Amino acid sequence: MKASTIHEPKGPIIFDIRHLWAYYNDKPAIREVTFKIPEKKVTAIMGPSGCGKTTFIRCLNRLHELTPGARVEGEVLLRGQNILELDPVLVRRKVGMVFQRPNPFPTMTIYDNVLAGYKLLGQKLKREEADATVEEALRKAALWEEVKDSLHKRGTYLSGGQQQRLCIARALAVKPEVLLMDEPTSALDPKSTAKIEELVVELKNTVTIVIVTHNIAQAGRVSDYTAFFYLGELVEYAPTSQIFTVPQDPRTEEFLKGKFG
Amino acid sequence: MSRLFYRKLKDRLALAAIVLLAFLPAFPLFHILYGILKQGLSVLSWEFLTHLPKPPGEPGGGVGNAILGTLMLAVMASGMAVPVGVLCGVYLSEYARGKFGEVVRVAADVLQGVPSIVLGIVAYLWVVKPMGHFSAFSGAVALAVMMLPVIVRSTEEILKMIPETLREASLALGVNYWRTVLKVLIPTGMVGITTGILLSLARIMGETAPLLFTAFGNPFWNLNPLQPVEALPLTVFKYAISPYEEWILQAWGASVVLTLMVLGLNLISRFLAWRLGGR
Amino acid sequence: MMSRNPDRIFYGLCLAVALGLVFLVLGIGFTLLSGSWLSLKKFGLAFIWHRVWDPVSEEFGALPFIVGTVVTSLVALLITIPFALSSGIFLAEYAPARMAGPLAALIELLAGIPSVIYGLWALFYLVPLVRWVEMKFGAPPFGLGLPTASLVLAIMILPYAASITREVLKMVPPEIKEAAYGLGATKWEVIRGVCIPYSLSGIVAGLLLSLGRALGETMAVTMVIGNRSEVPTSFWDLANTMASVIANEFTEASKDLHLSALVEIGLLLFLITLLVNTLARIIIAKLQVK
Ligand SMILES: Nc1ncnc2c1ncn2[C@@H]1O[C@H](COP(=O)(O)OP(=O)(O)OP(=O)(O)O)[C@@H](O)[C@H]1O
Ligand SMILES: [Mg+2]
Repeated sequence: MKASTIHEPKGPIIFDIRHLWAYYNDKPAIREVTFKIPEKKVTAIMGPSGCGKTTFIRCLNRLHELTPGARVEGEVLLRGQNILELDPVLVRRKVGMVFQRPNPFPTMTIYDNVLAGYKLLGQKLKREEADATVEEALRKAALWEEVKDSLHKRGTYLSGGQQQRLCIARALAVKPEVLLMDEPTSALDPKSTAKIEELVVELKNTVTIVIVTHNIAQAGRVSDYTAFFYLGELVEYAPTSQIFTVPQDPRTEEFLKGKFG
Repeated sequence: MSRLFYRKLKDRLALAAIVLLAFLPAFPLFHILYGILKQGLSVLSWEFLTHLPKPPGEPGGGVGNAILGTLMLAVMASGMAVPVGVLCGVYLSEYARGKFGEVVRVAADVLQGVPSIVLGIVAYLWVVKPMGHFSAFSGAVALAVMMLPVIVRSTEEILKMIPETLREASLALGVNYWRTVLKVLIPTGMVGITTGILLSLARIMGETAPLLFTAFGNPFWNLNPLQPVEALPLTVFKYAISPYEEWILQAWGASVVLTLMVLGLNLISRFLAWRLGGR
Repeated sequence: MMSRNPDRIFYGLCLAVALGLVFLVLGIGFTLLSGSWLSLKKFGLAFIWHRVWDPVSEEFGALPFIVGTVVTSLVALLITIPFALSSGIFLAEYAPARMAGPLAALIELLAGIPSVIYGLWALFYLVPLVRWVEMKFGAPPFGLGLPTASLVLAIMILPYAASITREVLKMVPPEIKEAAYGLGATKWEVIRGVCIPYSLSGIVAGLLLSLGRALGETMAVTMVIGNRSEVPTSFWDLANTMASVIANEFTEASKDLHLSALVEIGLLLFLITLLVNTLARIIIAKLQVK
């Protein structure tokens, strides 16, 4: 039964997750999750509220263990290397993250926010290199045209949607291999949401994206694969077109019909 | 009907009593300000602010050495208390879990409650006695200990108010924790931390008791931390209890300067706090 | 693992500093204890209730100062209470918000005026006033002494006590006040019957913290208390407090035993304020659990 609902994606694999358990104070929030995430694709993580979506993606860049009392078991292979045995700081350079609420650094300008991944590490970039990095990242985040004349204003002066794209630019600037997004549009208006969705589709040419979303339609629009979580377990994983048309598990089906929150 | 009338009357009487009692103390409090200004302003002059005191009986002279000494003590005390206090605040907000954190907090609270004269004794026993003489440094030690708890607790509170997502944003970029603290959290909380430091400075600048047997006083210019140094509150005290007319007048003058310094620091920190709240 | 090490070092640094703070407090206690060793050995516990303080014959007892400190602080607190409560209630309940903020800030500013300046003011304005009162009552017209010290202490702790009272009263949830208004209570009945009972332990804690301040207050008291090291026999007497005797005699103490006795007074003062403050903090901690 179980084997049939977890799809084995073709093509190059970036994350190979094996028997992953995640705990808060010895209470498991992720149970025995095993699946593979393909490279340069968008994988959506879905499921009802509290099923462990956030917990799961925070395991992929080892943010989970920062929560007091939190613990992880199992293996998360990033291109064959178990990230749970690597230095978390290095893991986070390769696996960037965009959060539910835009969180630009309030003391920094737009320019410095984009370069935060370098500046905070004390890495000095040459002027031209820095300018080029900022422009490239802001262009990728589809924000360049809007802010190119106000790069030295505070990031917090931007609108919510712009701030979120600034955060995407900040994550992209360090050239990660994977970008994790935890409900990146849930705090935004529909127009900004549409912009971010376009961006996600665009970005998958350069980076693998794992996106948590509550919104079924959004998952349908942007993702190639969908993983459905329920009470901390991975219930079903398949190409999005397949899971949306012929869900294998009754719980997935009910969720897609809008039975739970 | 009459009962309602009685209740309403009581309500009115209570209000009247409260307003009366609430505003009566304003009289002495403002009279202090009035006294300082009335007596002190007449003494203020460029000479008063920049010259050394003269022996009693000679006209003129000033408190320049005391102003310099107070500033010097403030700088030295901050130099000791700020780094230690901020790091301790960082410890409490970022790392402290469980019992030991509580112990540190209690220690800060205890320190806050220690009478300043007692800290003077301690600085005397720690610094003056081994060195064999009074010094600016020993005074600064006593003042630094007084500043510490204020800085520790305000830093802790400010850092705790910074949203968790900002820490995570930095960590998710692969930034180490210590850089996250120094380059994201402290800059973000800078206004609040500065407010705490200024408040603690305002608290110690007017302190006399811990300086009586540490910094001790010095009628001459001194910038050597190992020598005794004058301070404004010491001058006020010495002059106020002296029998000389002109010294007493100068005590008022020194009070104006001291009050302006302390109230100025208070106002600046209040302004910062207000701007912080407004955003 | 390279990049993990600096994190360890930084953590170690913070931990060391926090440990340092704890040791600083322990060190203060230890230093006071070892500094008063001579006196402790010579006089034992009797130091506390011995009535004579005579540096010339090296006979030392702390009772005059303990009485001076306790009397001035308690009288100051009693004087302050009605005013502080009224100010706190006025600011929290009656004053319009636009007025309450600035007024409260003003009160806190006044609380920041250095103690030595309160002393200077008291010396030149309060002393003549007290002298006048003393003459009316037929007491010896020193102008200085216990009444003057108590008064200046009362004035000094008032802003502090008032602002704590205000803060505690503002924590009363509006719903329960509204419930009382809904029953037809007048404003005073709401304050009397709901607000004050609700915040009583907080107010008491605030008053205890103010008392703690008064106990350790040095300069203003030293300037007006008259500096007489005998157990006072009437409220009009000249006296000395624990803090003021230290301020007056510490630099002049040429004999080791005298110095040690003064340090022991410092130790006692430390313990008394610690006791009062701890009591206040326990009350506050209970409050927060509730
Ligand atoms: N810090 C924490 N401490 C203890 N338990 C937690 C913590 N964070 C989350 N949990 C628990 O772990 C489970 C999974 O939470 P998680 O936040 O991963 O869910 P989610 O799927 O992201 O939900 P949502 O859709 O509401 O964001 C929940 O039962 C939650 O109560
Ligand atoms: Mg979530």
